[in-house]
Amino acid sequence: MSVFLARRLVALFLTLLGASLAVFLILEVLPGDPATVMLGIGAQEDSLAALRAQLGLDRPAWQRYLVWIWGWFQGDLGNSYAYDEPVIKIILERLRVSLPLALMAITLSTAIGLPLGVLAAARRNSLTDVSVMGFVQVGVAIPNFWFAILMILFFSVFLKVMPAGGFAGWDAGVWPAIKSLILPAVALALPQAAILARVTRSSVLEVMREDYVRTARAKGLTFAAALWRHAVRNALIPVVTIMGLQFSFLLAGTIIIENVFYLPGLGRLIFQAIAQRDVIVVKDVVVLLAGAVVLVNFIVDMSYALLDPRLRGGGHGQ
Amino acid sequence: MASDGASDGASDGAKEGGLGEVAAKALGNRSFVIGGVLTGVLIVVALVSLVWTPYSVIDMDIAGKLRVPSAAHWFGTDQFGRDVFSMMMVGAQNSIAVSLVAVGVGAGFGVPLGALAAARGGWLDETVMRFNDFAFAFPAVLSAVMITALAGPGAVNSIIAIGIFNIPVFARLTRGGALAIWKREFVMAARVAGKNAVRITVEHILPNVASILIVQATIQFALAILAEAGLSYLGLGTQPPQPSWGKMLNEAQTLMFLAPQLAIFPGVAIVLTVLGLNLLGDGLRDVLDPRLRRLR
Repeated sequence: MSVFLARRLVALFLTLLGASLAVFLILEVLPGDPATVMLGIGAQEDSLAALRAQLGLDRPAWQRYLVWIWGWFQGDLGNSYAYDEPVIKIILERLRVSLPLALMAITLSTAIGLPLGVLAAARRNSLTDVSVMGFVQVGVAIPNFWFAILMILFFSVFLKVMPAGGFAGWDAGVWPAIKSLILPAVALALPQAAILARVTRSSVLEVMREDYVRTARAKGLTFAAALWRHAVRNALIPVVTIMGLQFSFLLAGTIIIENVFYLPGLGRLIFQAIAQRDVIVVKDVVVLLAGAVVLVNFIVDMSYALLDPRLRGGGHGQ
Repeated sequence: MASDGASDGASDGAKEGGLGEVAAKALGNRSFVIGGVLTGVLIVVALVSLVWTPYSVIDMDIAGKLRVPSAAHWFGTDQFGRDVFSMMMVGAQNSIAVSLVAVGVGAGFGVPLGALAAARGGWLDETVMRFNDFAFAFPAVLSAVMITALAGPGAVNSIIAIGIFNIPVFARLTRGGALAIWKREFVMAARVAGKNAVRITVEHILPNVASILIVQATIQFALAILAEAGLSYLGLGTQPPQPSWGKMLNEAQTLMFLAPQLAIFPGVAIVLTVLGLNLLGDGLRDVLDPRLRRLR
């Protein structure tokens, strides 16, 4: 186990290093002079010089990279160019929207996707199964931002029961804040729920064919008991893996959905930062999001190694 | 994401019957037929839009703006009086072009990388897989954000962004499939006969993983359509005046109170396209790879 852990930790470290290097190279080294990118070609020479000093462009690139990475460990990412505030403060503020949104979406998609998948598998080829699979096909085909627009049309424009966008803020109370996150969370959760239902269904079906499930039935366990005690629990391993892989789609979705609903989260921040050519913020948020994807997949890897000792061997065949 | 089951079953399913038998099986497969028809219609519409659309998609007619659907304008007109049906025809062409090239980029880099990793093993394999992990950390939207911050928005940039995200998908799948084939007896025989790794890969490995790759390409094509729509919705992809479904939805959202119908048609087009490609992929899998069907 410790060898496995060490291998995975090294891989995690290398991946994070690679991702941060790529972001740094693309956004800071490739453009030549980031200051010109941020201010535009017609910028005054003295404001260019001031920005170059702020960015530390007089130092060689590798030094700037190390300073930047070190800043991550110290929680000091410098100041945003457009907002003139510490980047870390802006990011933490925006996380207060994005994190609850992502959590709501994951909870919702799990609450919908898992039971649907188990239900469809338990009643294979029934009307229930066919309906669930129909939901899955449509769910993965609907672009989440279009689904969001349809929900705004229905709940905000016609019924007028939900806000069409914007964020009430946590200071306005928990319910108004949560209320402004409901439609976005549903929009994010739908495709995830569909994929989860599909994976859960085929995973449960596969496990139900295993000998130990047949043995359990032969011992006199009812179908329902065999399903819950043996099949569902064992079927969860691939499901957890898929949830980890889906996390990157969820993040991508957040960027789009926050823009549909004008939510002041990380996704909207990164988008505004591009419009304002604030390379400092773009760089930090991209690395944060990419790092989150890598970390979540690492945790998923580790957790299913804990669940299933067979997977702790080499990295092959995965 | 390729399970071992998928790679094991990839070998010779299609070869058992002749081509005619495969075709017969395909026509009897409901997913394949429905998906094929939907995809076929999309391709025809896109091709027709290259030479003809009912109205120009560039010329504006402010007097005739925001018309509801009628015999003259099947899907109505937008805020500049442009014919929505014509714009959607050109949008189809745009979606197909961007997604096709993006998936091509993904497969073009991913398949050789995966085949190389499987053939050589060792540190090379490890390096390719690490590169995969790291490329996987950048969903298309995130790459697009970086590229846009650097070079401004545009269709080419969204192709690159979606393509980059596709590379690890194809690399992983090819590697998984190829590893299983390398252990087979006929590959052993080829090695004994003195063929080198490149020749074995081209002559034996790739033909045997082709069916899973084709199925995956169909699914990635569907994902690319969704990604392209998302990027152009955000304004990071295809730029006006070239119509794109995502951009049309973005504009429709601002007009939601005035002309809600504008928010319907492009969305339906995206759903039907993606649904068609996914069904086609499912059908192809059943047809090319009978051993996987028992799971479904």
